[in-house]
Amino acid sequence: MKNFRQLVFPLIAVVAAFIVGGLFILLVGDNPFKVYGLMIGSALSWPDGIGYTLFYATPLIFTGLAVAVAFRCGLLNIGAEGQLYIAAFATAWVSIIFGGVVVDVFGKPVGYSVASLPAIVLVPLAMLTAILAGAAWGAIPGFLKAKFGSHEVINTIMLNFIAIALVSYFTQYHYKVQGDPLLETAPIGTAAHIPRLGSFIPGLPERIPLNIAFLLALVACLVIYIFLWRTKWGYEIRATGANPSAAEYGGISTRKQIILAMAVSGGLAGMVGINEVLGYRHRYYDGFSDNYGFTGIAVALLGRNHPFGVLLAALLFAVLQRGGIPVDAFTENVSKDIVQVLQAIIILFVAAEAIFYGPFGRFGLLKRSKV
Amino acid sequence: MLELRNITKRFGNVLANDGVNIKVAPGTIHAIVGENGAGKSTAMRIAYGFYTADSGDILIDGKVQRIQTPHDAIALGVGMVHQHFMLVEPMTVAENIILGAETGGAVSLNLNEAAQQIRALSEEFKLSVNPQATVENLSVGQQQRVELLKALYRHARLLILDEPTAVLTPQEVEEFFTILRRMREQGKTIVIITHKLSEVLAISDDVTVMRDGKVVGQVKTSETSAAELARLMVGRDVLLRIEKPEARAGENVLKVNDLSLTAADGTRRLDKISFDVRVGEIVGIAGVEGNGQTELVEALAGLVAPSSMTGTIEFSGRDIMRSDARQRKEMGIAHIPEDRHRRGLLLDFDLSENSILGVHYRKPTVTSGIFLDNAAIRQRAGRLIKDFDVRPANPDLPARALSGGNQQKLIIGREFDLNPKLLLVAQPTRGVDIGAIEFIHRKLVALRDAGCGVLLISAELEEVTALADRLLIIHEGRIVGEVDPKQATNEEIGLLMTGGKH
Amino acid sequence: MSEIINISLIFSTIRLATPLLLAALGGLFSERAGIINIALEGLMLSGAFTAAAVTYYTGSPWVGLLAGVGAGMLVAAIHGVACIRFKADQVVSGTAINILMLGLPAFIGGALFASTGSTPTVPKEQLIPWTPIVLGFLVFVPLVWYVLYRTPFGLRLRAVGENPEAADAAGISVKRIRYTAVLLSGALAGIGGAYLSIGQSSLFTRNMTSGRGFIALAALIFGKWRPIQTMLACLLFGFTEALAIQLQGVKISGEEIPNQFIQMVPYLLTIIVLAGFIGQSRAPRALGIPYEKER
Repeated sequence: MKNFRQLVFPLIAVVAAFIVGGLFILLVGDNPFKVYGLMIGSALSWPDGIGYTLFYATPLIFTGLAVAVAFRCGLLNIGAEGQLYIAAFATAWVSIIFGGVVVDVFGKPVGYSVASLPAIVLVPLAMLTAILAGAAWGAIPGFLKAKFGSHEVINTIMLNFIAIALVSYFTQYHYKVQGDPLLETAPIGTAAHIPRLGSFIPGLPERIPLNIAFLLALVACLVIYIFLWRTKWGYEIRATGANPSAAEYGGISTRKQIILAMAVSGGLAGMVGINEVLGYRHRYYDGFSDNYGFTGIAVALLGRNHPFGVLLAALLFAVLQRGGIPVDAFTENVSKDIVQVLQAIIILFVAAEAIFYGPFGRFGLLKRSKV
Repeated sequence: MLELRNITKRFGNVLANDGVNIKVAPGTIHAIVGENGAGKSTAMRIAYGFYTADSGDILIDGKVQRIQTPHDAIALGVGMVHQHFMLVEPMTVAENIILGAETGGAVSLNLNEAAQQIRALSEEFKLSVNPQATVENLSVGQQQRVELLKALYRHARLLILDEPTAVLTPQEVEEFFTILRRMREQGKTIVIITHKLSEVLAISDDVTVMRDGKVVGQVKTSETSAAELARLMVGRDVLLRIEKPEARAGENVLKVNDLSLTAADGTRRLDKISFDVRVGEIVGIAGVEGNGQTELVEALAGLVAPSSMTGTIEFSGRDIMRSDARQRKEMGIAHIPEDRHRRGLLLDFDLSENSILGVHYRKPTVTSGIFLDNAAIRQRAGRLIKDFDVRPANPDLPARALSGGNQQKLIIGREFDLNPKLLLVAQPTRGVDIGAIEFIHRKLVALRDAGCGVLLISAELEEVTALADRLLIIHEGRIVGEVDPKQATNEEIGLLMTGGKH
Repeated sequence: MSEIINISLIFSTIRLATPLLLAALGGLFSERAGIINIALEGLMLSGAFTAAAVTYYTGSPWVGLLAGVGAGMLVAAIHGVACIRFKADQVVSGTAINILMLGLPAFIGGALFASTGSTPTVPKEQLIPWTPIVLGFLVFVPLVWYVLYRTPFGLRLRAVGENPEAADAAGISVKRIRYTAVLLSGALAGIGGAYLSIGQSSLFTRNMTSGRGFIALAALIFGKWRPIQTMLACLLFGFTEALAIQLQGVKISGEEIPNQFIQMVPYLLTIIVLAGFIGQSRAPRALGIPYEKER
């Protein structure tokens, strides 16, 4: 019964969002079924559709998990966006510094590199950097809350802007290759590249950027599940989120848990950097994130802050994202912005799930029990 | 003046009011008594429009009225002072009083005129309070006056007071009763909700007794006695005498010396408290609620920052002032907190998970280092559930699904399982059904006889006198006396509790 | 130095502070009533887009402004219903609205103007003469102060944000006050948005607020949820923005001053003030908590 409820409200919310989105599509004079059919058909085609869908799902799994872990500790991490920016830049930085010779657009060497590490050292180092940098940035609002009691929502929003400005500064003034028209760093050393899944899976072309990071994301779901429900640390985090006074009574330092949860959350958000820098663009590209951090909130919420729910929700959102691409070209009036509209409506419906208690409560099935 | 007819109100599965009939005569003080959870507050909140009844009628001056919101009630001359004051703390007294009853039209507050009226009212009813003061800076007694003024400002003819004396010192109670009598003289009707029989007898003209959501009696105060009221309240003759052998107290397990505690707001909550607890005895602490009992237990359990305290706490001869809650638990101090929803349980977690709170890191019973051993946890939870008769006996249920008594039994089981040398227990039977109360009392005595020192704090005087081997009395953060609970009379203890001298 | 600090810097400070102030005062009403409003960004965007689109069609910027206010209130109503009626998490609902307003204007704009998220340019003579509104600064802030502290509505609003149960017990409809406050915030943020699209600029572009809603929120917190202090915070943040623009390309002793560091100032200041380093900043006590009582 409990599990049924867990699943049914997100599903209802998604269906309701599609209905409302469909009304919008009707309003601008297109056929919703056609548009949705186009989206889903495109997202699930092999190999491009599925390849890209899974690629888009990767950062959303990380940010969704990030928000979910914080939420289990009673914290709302709006700062995944900033955490993933800091982490992506740090990853690129490490992979440049230890990645051997860097050349500018004219093929001239640029003096960034201090060493040229082999892949077997550099890749783990770069991955670790992504996690640690994200964790450190995430721990700041955790620390501010634990120490001063200042609210993490405001602090994470502020830190997002600070993070974006900081990495933009370092990119623009220090690690941009002369003559590059784009705001991006020098390329990372090739030793830091991680393989694309196309090189293992027959039929999946290597041009599709789906890479090892996706497998890491799946592993992260499992690890976070075990961490939260099978370890004493997870118990302490969840106890803090469920009832901080009782957690203290149980000898748990809620301040430590707040910092820990925010660090773990930031670390997960930071793993987006692995996908982006090591697996895809092979450099830090300013403003690369397509609102991954904010969509992560939606993913976590829709996935009921459970790692496996997060996985499913991230896949759904990735389907939307990938499915939005052909919408511009193949419809009269609908633009791919319908995707953002749909995402927003899904969040609204999930957040305000009480909206469904009325119509469904009548059947006695879904009534919220009062104690 | 006020009549409730056949009022029924259900919260979820709980029938809070079951066909309640109450008739309050004009110009009288009418007491409504009953145990916690008997439905007194619910009935009166319905009269005030704060809740709406599922069925039944409310009559004011003999006419059936539709009271759906407090606004309706206020318009009919009904005012209510809630147990937890309904004041906006950062605002001034005047702002609080005129809130919702402003007279200056849409564009002005007329604060000066309001202040004058408030002063006039204060004068009339001898409720002195400064209209310009900020509410959060006032004492509890003063805040109560603001609440009364709020109702009077709205021209309330009927005042409903929910447990008004719970927060007052005995002197303040006397003053307060004087105010109530004065109001009655001036033609106001007063309904006072309480569970203290002495107060009922002292102040009221009529009494309505409630039990389990029903009215079980309505009598004239002059024609009844405390014994009769008590019998009506609990539904049987009170028999709180507990069969227990003589205590065989051993060596000191807890030694508190000159313990003082200053809260964050600068008020002194504990003032040079000193006492001992020996193994094999139950030391009771009696006192009016809010006199430092909560703080004392939390200080001993390691839930208060050491920086806010002075003095020493020794456990088995060892200074534990700087030990945190976990370290103290490891030494053998168990703690049954006064508020099980706030402190004692993770309501959304299942019983298994609740059964390990505080020992969730222990090897090998609960973890194998890092990972929780779920099989062992479930087995242990099953054992506790069985030994302590927790119902329903399903370790997968969330704690929320249990009744108060069963939640309490789970906590007691969890803490007893620590094999403590010292047990801190506060309000062990609050909101617990009669059957569970007896069970809990027996368990406490058994723990004592097994060689544990027990510090028992309870707001129920009968409970502490029945269980304790030695009884300390706390008043305003100070231990003001020690009595032998077998010898001392309630009057004697009551006098100490209320700060009166011997 | 005088090439940086001059009279035009003061003008541009006020010019840039105006939309912040409008949104921040909107946020003030909502948050003092207990409803978190991180949706200010989205509310501004809705106002900006609607004002530009309607002005383009009607040729009247005043009709456009009115439509912008209406749009802000409509979107705020969604936030209100989600948070008040259905007790949604207020931060999450606000986030959803921000995402919605990134997509929806582009979606509608795409259908109406076959563009990717912008409206066509509104002719210069159809722009609103903003000088009176900027001067309105001087009237507007005291007005908000008066409403908040000297009218029954303001008293009730503050009570509802601090202790809704007490307000309820005093016979006040918590819901009605909260809806009114949220709608007011939508209206004000809508004006703020319209100011951007048909005042400062002459068309709507995708995400044209670029974080101003969040800066307004920061100013509100920096101003400790009080009107006068919030105005000062808006002026300070407007000044940093103006300075950042002024300093673009300017070299001081041969070094360019990176824009990014000036941009960070408002955010850093907010974190510092929230940590309690600059006096106590206390949020309304019931902020973010849905009012629930069993009936």
